[in-house]
Parts: sequence; C-alpha cells; structure tokens
Amino acid sequence: MSILVYIEKDQGRIKNSSLEAVSYAAALGGITGDNVQVVSLGESVEGESELLGKAGATGVVQVTDDRLNAGVIQAHAEVVSQVFDKVKAKTLVLAKSSLGDAVAARLAVKLEAGLVTNVVGLPDLTEGFVVRRSIFTGKAFVDTSIHTENKILAIKKNVQPVKTDGSPAPVEKVTIDLPSEAFSAKITGTEKATGEVLLPEADIVVSGGRGLNGPENWGLIEDLADAMGAAKGCSKPVSDLGWRPHHEHVGQTGVKVAPSLYLAVAISGAIQHLAGVNASRYMVVINKDPEAPFFKVADYGIVGDAFDVVPKLTEAIKALK
Amino acid sequence: MKILVCITHVPDTTSKIKFTDNNTQFDKTGVQFIIGPYDDYALARAVELKEQTGGTITVLNVGESETEPTLRKALAIGADEAIRVNAFPQDAAFVANQIARFAKDEAFDLILMGRESIDYNGGMVHGMVGELLGIPSVSPVMKLDVEGNTATISREIEGGKEFITVDLPFVAGCQEPIAEWKIPNMRGIMTARSKPLTAIDPVGSESKTEATKYELPPAKGAVKLVDTVEELVDLLKNEAKIL
Repeated sequence: MSILVYIEKDQGRIKNSSLEAVSYAAALGGITGDNVQVVSLGESVEGESELLGKAGATGVVQVTDDRLNAGVIQAHAEVVSQVFDKVKAKTLVLAKSSLGDAVAARLAVKLEAGLVTNVVGLPDLTEGFVVRRSIFTGKAFVDTSIHTENKILAIKKNVQPVKTDGSPAPVEKVTIDLPSEAFSAKITGTEKATGEVLLPEADIVVSGGRGLNGPENWGLIEDLADAMGAAKGCSKPVSDLGWRPHHEHVGQTGVKVAPSLYLAVAISGAIQHLAGVNASRYMVVINKDPEAPFFKVADYGIVGDAFDVVPKLTEAIKALK
Repeated sequence: MKILVCITHVPDTTSKIKFTDNNTQFDKTGVQFIIGPYDDYALARAVELKEQTGGTITVLNVGESETEPTLRKALAIGADEAIRVNAFPQDAAFVANQIARFAKDEAFDLILMGRESIDYNGGMVHGMVGELLGIPSVSPVMKLDVEGNTATISREIEGGKEFITVDLPFVAGCQEPIAEWKIPNMRGIMTARSKPLTAIDPVGSESKTEATKYELPPAKGAVKLVDTVEELVDLLKNEAKIL
C-alpha cells in the first residue's frame, strides 16, 4: 500500500514544510512498510524528482493542468482524492498551511477519513493508530486515536527533519478530468511579497513590537532579518495600527510560527502573542523593560533599548558570515 | 440574505490550561468560556452584512447546555435566533455533520464561522461542511463583500493575500480584519432574552477520532540574561547551535 503526500509549491520551489511532510511519510512508511507517493499539482519545479526522492518519496504522480498552478481549494481536493484511490493509499500526509488545511478538510469528507491536524510526532501503532497533536495554540498536547481505515495527517512545521539521502523518484504524468464546479470559486489575483522568506516556513523569525515607536523604524528589523536570513514578523498592535501588513502578525489570532529561533524585539509578550510562538525551539527577547512577561518564557534575553542593541546585533551577525 | 454563523464555546485566551481525571479531561475549574475569537469576527461581519442588505442571522453551536450563555451573547450581538445541537462536540467530523444536516434544508445564502476554534485549533469544520453540502469553502477569509449573488473575498495566504470571487451559497472560515468585534449593548442584551434559542437533537454520526490523553509541555527553564550582543551571539552559536 501507499502513503500519499500532498505538496505545495511557492515561487518555483517546493515548500520546505512539504518536504518535511514527505520525510514524515517516509519515516511512517519505514514502520508500516508502505511506499511513499507524492501528488504534485500544476507546473513542476526544477529538479522535482531528485528533491522529492531525496526527501523520501518512492514515486511522484504529476497532475499537469495549468488551472492547478493556483491553489484552487475544491479542484486540489478533487485531484488528490482521485490520486489517493489510484495509488491505493490509506493515509494522506500533508504540511499544515493555509491551503493544506482547506484542502484536507474537504478530503476528509471525500475519503471518509479520520483527520488529525497539528501533528507533532510519528504515530504509535501498538494499539490502533494514535498520534500526538498540539492543541490550545501550543499550550498542550493530546494523543488522538483514529478509528477509520483512511487517515489524514496534517503535520506541524519543524516536526520532521528533511531527509536528503533518498534516490530520485520516478515521475508518472497523469491527466484528470475536473468538473467545472471544482473551479466555481475563482482566484482573480494575488498580492504577495516576493523574494522574501515566508513567515510560517522560516527557520528564523525576527519580530518587532510597538516599542519600536513607528513603521519608520522597521529598518532595524529588516536589517537584522536580512543578516540572519530570517522572516519578519510583528505583534498584533503593530498590525492593527497598520505599521505592518496582517500576514506578518504573529500570535493567537495571527500566524502561528514554529521556527528554530524566534527573536522578539520590543515586544512585551502578552499571552496572546506567546500563543503564536511557543512552539519555537529557542526564543530570544530584547526589551528595555526587565519586567516584560516575555522574559519569563524566553531562553535568552538582553535588557536594553532596541535602538541601541539591534544595530549592534546586526553587525555582530554580519561579522560571523 | 439568510446567514448561518457557527460558533464555538471555548476557554478565554488567558485561561490556564490544565487537565484532570488522570489527564483524560480538560479541567474547566475557574475557566471563563467565550465565543471563539475567530467566530466573533464571523458574527460581527454577519451583523454588518445584515445591516446592509437585510435578512436574518441564525447562530448555531454544537454543545451541551452549558454553552447557552455563549449563544445568548451571540443573540445580544445581533443574531436573530440560536440553535444548540445538544451534543458533546466529539471531533471536527462530528460537528461538521451536525451543521451540514441542519443547514441542508434551510437554504442559507452564507455559512460563516471562525477559521479555527482556539481549543483544538483544527480549522477543518468549514471545509468539511462545504464538502458535505457540495458548495465551495474558503478559509482563512480576511475580507468579505457581497453584491447580489456574488461575493468578493480576500483570503490570507503565506506572505500575502489572494482575491476570490464566488457565487452564493458557500462556507467561509473567517479571521481578522474581516470586521471589528461587536460588544453587546444594553438594548441587545435585553432583546436577546426574548429571542428564540432552540435545542435540537444530534443526528447519529460517529466521530472518526478520539482524544485519549492530554499532556502539558515541559516547563521552561529560566531565561539567560546577557549584557552584550557578543555574549548573545556566542550562546546562539555554541549552545543553541543555530547561527
């Protein structure tokens, strides 16, 4: 049997979280003996077969249809459902994301599958199929048992390291007839920062808060983020005040991140902000207020003025490279 | 326009999360329950749309009798009637089935809810309801306007947004800044008392998953405070091994 992995692409590359999902499926297949098939929608990216194979795929089903280049939720769900049957899969693995969530939900109905999101580890198969997921916005975990034969697992970022030792995966090109209803929600355009590290995908995130006093001071954050190869984030007040766009807002009602390093500059650390960052491996805080609640949960901290500390940190990072 | 808003009844965002019965149950002691913050955005947008075009708002929750104050609050904010499907919300598939069965014969133009509940964070119910009803589902929606039979939507994607047009009916999972949260005024609270709140029986649909054991993350060690950026870089490089 097979484990099927749904992958996403961004700016001509396979998203790193999708490669993590492929490697998760490979690790799961190592336990169950299943092979790992990847369903790749729309335009293929350079070196796709090598990249997916390295990450653990044993085969790639390429569904070429220009209409699938965009993330049309219903159409993607329909295609994945048909490929799931075609490769005789029982489990679908994907990375948790804006599109992945929307597609997975429809698939759970189509495939009559038990679905678990925010998965943080491989399942325990000793008694049934029990998998651990993150709940309460990272404040707790719960072991969840899936009763159905078909299963869907949406994996949280930074749970599974990407494998790089697999061999290239053979690609099979497939065309699928799609009903026009699958495109009834029409994407008419996108507005997207290009050439930037995507916030949910980033290994390092540098975030700024209201303590930076205004959008004109964001150069501090940008320079540090550039030096570290990091994505930029911000607190809710900063996004509410319009200093930064909403897609940079990190927190309970914004983007939840799980990078290796989260660096918070002039953010006090309200509980709603911490809910969006508590899955980070390391947290660093720079704040002039030693009483800021963020210091209670951070790994490292500097009590100091951001306008003084951050430029020095940027220079120190540059000097490393 | 006939709008259905589905709401969750969840612990306040500042709640201390703890478990009981050998970590098999969420401990509700001392916890304040609220309308899910994302659902609150969906409800606020529904009230605005009703103000523009007229119509009715039905608010629905799948939950036991303890959720009725939360439904009353939604009535105070501006919903016209409330439905409580009298059942413990076992999992997303169970809840989606209840909503779809209720909505099937009601011909709603729009079904709104939050992008996810803040307890289990699944973010799956809207998509499941869309698939069960055979209509489009869009999430996370940051902007929603309706003109005649067509909606224009901004959907948040990683690093930006996507613009979508879709005909009614459809399901949307909502998030900020779709509308400003509405705080019930005294008149709303008074009229909410006489608005209909009906409990209906669940339809038999089994859950597909089951939560078995809860666990809290390990406690964090104390922060290491340093005075200079050189010391910080050294820790990141040699201890955290990130740089």
